[in-house]
Amino acid sequence: MSKITKLQVNGRIQTIDADESDSLLSVLRDQIDLTGSKYGCGEGQCGACTVLVDGYSRRSCITKVGRVADKKITTIEGLAAGDRLHPVQQAFLDEQAMQCAYCTSGMIMSAVALLNKSAHPSRTEIVDFMDGNVCRCGTHPRVVAAIERASRSMAGATKESR
Amino acid sequence: MSTQDLLKSETALEPERYELRAGPSYQFQVDRRDFFKFLGAGILVVCVLNDTSPAQESGRGGRPAGEALPKEIGAWMHIGEDGSVTLYTGKVEVGQNIRTSLTQAVCEELSVPPDKITLTMGDTKLTPYDRGTFGSLTTPVMNLQLRRVASAARDVLVTLAAKQWQVDAKSLIAANGKVTDPASMRSIEYAALAKGQSLTETLPAEDPLIPATQWKVAGQSLPKVDGCDFVTGKHRYPYDQKLPGMLHGKIVRPTAFNATLVTLDTKEAEQMPGVVVVRDGNFVGVAAPTVELASKAASSIKAEWKADPQPSNKELFEVLKKTAAEGADPTGDAGHVTTGSVDQAMAAADHRLQQTYTVSYIAHVPLEPRAALAGWDGDTVTVWTGTQRPFGVRADLAEAFRLPEDRVRVLMPDTGSAYGGKHTGETAIEAARLARAAKRPVKLVWTREEEFTWAYFRPAGVMDVSAGVSKDATITAWEFHNYNSGAAGIRTYYDIPNQRIQFHPSHSPLRQGSYRALAASANHFARESFMDELAHSLKMDPLQFRLKNLKNERLRAVFEASAKKFGWGQPKKPGQGFGMGGGYEKLGNVATFVEVYVDPKSGDVSVKRVVTAFECGAIVNPDNLRNQLEGANIMGLGGALFEAIEFENGKVLNGRMSQYRVPRFRDVPVLETVMLDRKDLPSAGAGEAPIVGVAPAIGNAIFDATGVRLRALPLVPNGLKTS
Repeated sequence: MSKITKLQVNGRIQTIDADESDSLLSVLRDQIDLTGSKYGCGEGQCGACTVLVDGYSRRSCITKVGRVADKKITTIEGLAAGDRLHPVQQAFLDEQAMQCAYCTSGMIMSAVALLNKSAHPSRTEIVDFMDGNVCRCGTHPRVVAAIERASRSMAGATKESR
Repeated sequence: MSTQDLLKSETALEPERYELRAGPSYQFQVDRRDFFKFLGAGILVVCVLNDTSPAQESGRGGRPAGEALPKEIGAWMHIGEDGSVTLYTGKVEVGQNIRTSLTQAVCEELSVPPDKITLTMGDTKLTPYDRGTFGSLTTPVMNLQLRRVASAARDVLVTLAAKQWQVDAKSLIAANGKVTDPASMRSIEYAALAKGQSLTETLPAEDPLIPATQWKVAGQSLPKVDGCDFVTGKHRYPYDQKLPGMLHGKIVRPTAFNATLVTLDTKEAEQMPGVVVVRDGNFVGVAAPTVELASKAASSIKAEWKADPQPSNKELFEVLKKTAAEGADPTGDAGHVTTGSVDQAMAAADHRLQQTYTVSYIAHVPLEPRAALAGWDGDTVTVWTGTQRPFGVRADLAEAFRLPEDRVRVLMPDTGSAYGGKHTGETAIEAARLARAAKRPVKLVWTREEEFTWAYFRPAGVMDVSAGVSKDATITAWEFHNYNSGAAGIRTYYDIPNQRIQFHPSHSPLRQGSYRALAASANHFARESFMDELAHSLKMDPLQFRLKNLKNERLRAVFEASAKKFGWGQPKKPGQGFGMGGGYEKLGNVATFVEVYVDPKSGDVSVKRVVTAFECGAIVNPDNLRNQLEGANIMGLGGALFEAIEFENGKVLNGRMSQYRVPRFRDVPVLETVMLDRKDLPSAGAGEAPIVGVAPAIGNAIFDATGVRLRALPLVPNGLKTS
């Protein structure tokens, strides 16, 4: 089994010591101390471990680190620019789209991936895309509202920067 | 009835079963000097629950130095020399947002901004003893205690300022973190008043509180106090805790419930470098430097287990009725009501009806599975874990390791949900056992499969209900028996002169315990479905039938408000159905109205719209209340429609997220809430009561849509079979 020694996470090259079959989630949490991504089911069914790999959402609990060794990984810790929250993070706060918030990192990462591929998703698109993320506290309507809010604020920001 | 009496009767209804073996253990002996040594100088305010000592001899301005603090303490608060306010409560945060609502209460009484306030919660070394965070008691009890503490602190500060300025304390105003004298326009910050002090104030119970009608901060929608830590992934849940040199644990689980270990071969695991193997009775586990190695070592262990044959979910309800205990209910007589003469009234009734309802075992599925990090220092152990009962877990650890409780410290970082499912301390004990053998800290995180199997379930149950009704639709006789699921919410709030109500504990094939609202969900499902059946058998509108038999004004108000918002009585389209369910639980009143659509071809049932009217006294935080109402509805939807644990011969058959369906985005209906704010009534909790109306309302709506009456939860795990 070959070893993986480097991983690009949140714009930085991290030195790691992992087998290629180790899960991306455990490498992120145990070796790089990025504990924002969560274990929820271990079979890619709940979305709590969602990260971005080259901008696409991936369930890190079932992603072998060997498959992403040469790719750009973004975790919840890498979203904000310094003290400035990503619009999706801000929208989750504005809508208070959380209770225990254990699912929140995964929800936010999935939402960012959705908005990456579709800037103005319809409600049905949001519901379908987010269906793989479980929230047990039942904050779903607020998560949908937060994604819609983020979509609007990101559109506003793009216009401003033009 | 006073709030205290209400609470007494509420908690007596079903002392949650897991609390029965853990009596209160007020082993509290703190010297006030220790406190100031630890916290630094300032002002300490202590809320005494049951102080029999002559506490107020020294009057305002504190007790003589060196005196031990009273034993039965609810909460305490420290104002530091820098003006920082720290509150200590044994309550814990599991997503219900009490860290925020309690902060609001303190802001209100002390008049300081929220960012000056820190809450230390659920740390057995630093916070006063607390029985646990359950039963929706934080808002009616702890919220009041903290408000009293804060209000007393404000008075201490005002007295100090008055003394300094030689003026009458009554003429001074405490606001925005300072005391002001309007006459001279002088003002002094709380920080300056606390400087160099080591004052202790114990609480007079009659301290005046700001009435809800004058609230400024409480009653507002303060956002989650540390929300930013959650959206950035910074917050460390129990599962995220780390210590230097920490190992990862893994338990070798039995092949069935109640199994005993016959043979064990751990040779291979023992030869793995860095792996520690522990066998202690039926406990088998390993600790290793990485999660991967711990898993590898655990799976290399060959264990043979022996277990007796055990029942399956197919014969569950017969088992529960067959094994029902005769005679007294061990949880007390709260689940037993006899008034009037049921037999006579039943015989004399114009209409009679009898039905049986069942509920399955369901799992809490908290998204954060049980986790614990344990470390030993000599014969003292410290454990970080997610539990609703840190002091209960301390007692469990003390018992398991034969330690005095002062050698055990349990800390509860804000946890990834519980819903009544994290009362126990298995993970803490397992991690501590491994850590003791490894002589290093050990972290143990249960897998989802372990959480589904080795936690505990919401009890399954059978409810037999019968009633007699007179010609004018007055219910005259009521008989209600609950087998196994519990006594919470078993009493009827409809006005019926002749009642026989009884809870019958059974021998449960699976390990069971608390779940959001306890048995109130099962009992409301049976009662509110049955009310619907009665109404239909009398060809009467279900709302009118309920109101005809209901005097309680608060309950009537929520039924009427919910019906109005819902548009009860509107014509329906093909496939559409409307239903209601409601009741009273944990000081909260709820009425839930539901619209379903049943696809005539596929039998698919979808819940389209849920309207909930709720009233729990004066509302502390409207947005958080709405969040709780929405959450309870969505969680309730799962248990109502499709959640059920399948099991056979001591094994869970669907213990994975891919096999056990929980509500997802596509299942979520339009949710509308009506919140009745009764500023004239004490605030009550809202974590539990709103869930109880969901299942009966859905069942009743399915009947309205199809004419098919469903009497078992989950109602439609595989869609509606109409043929």
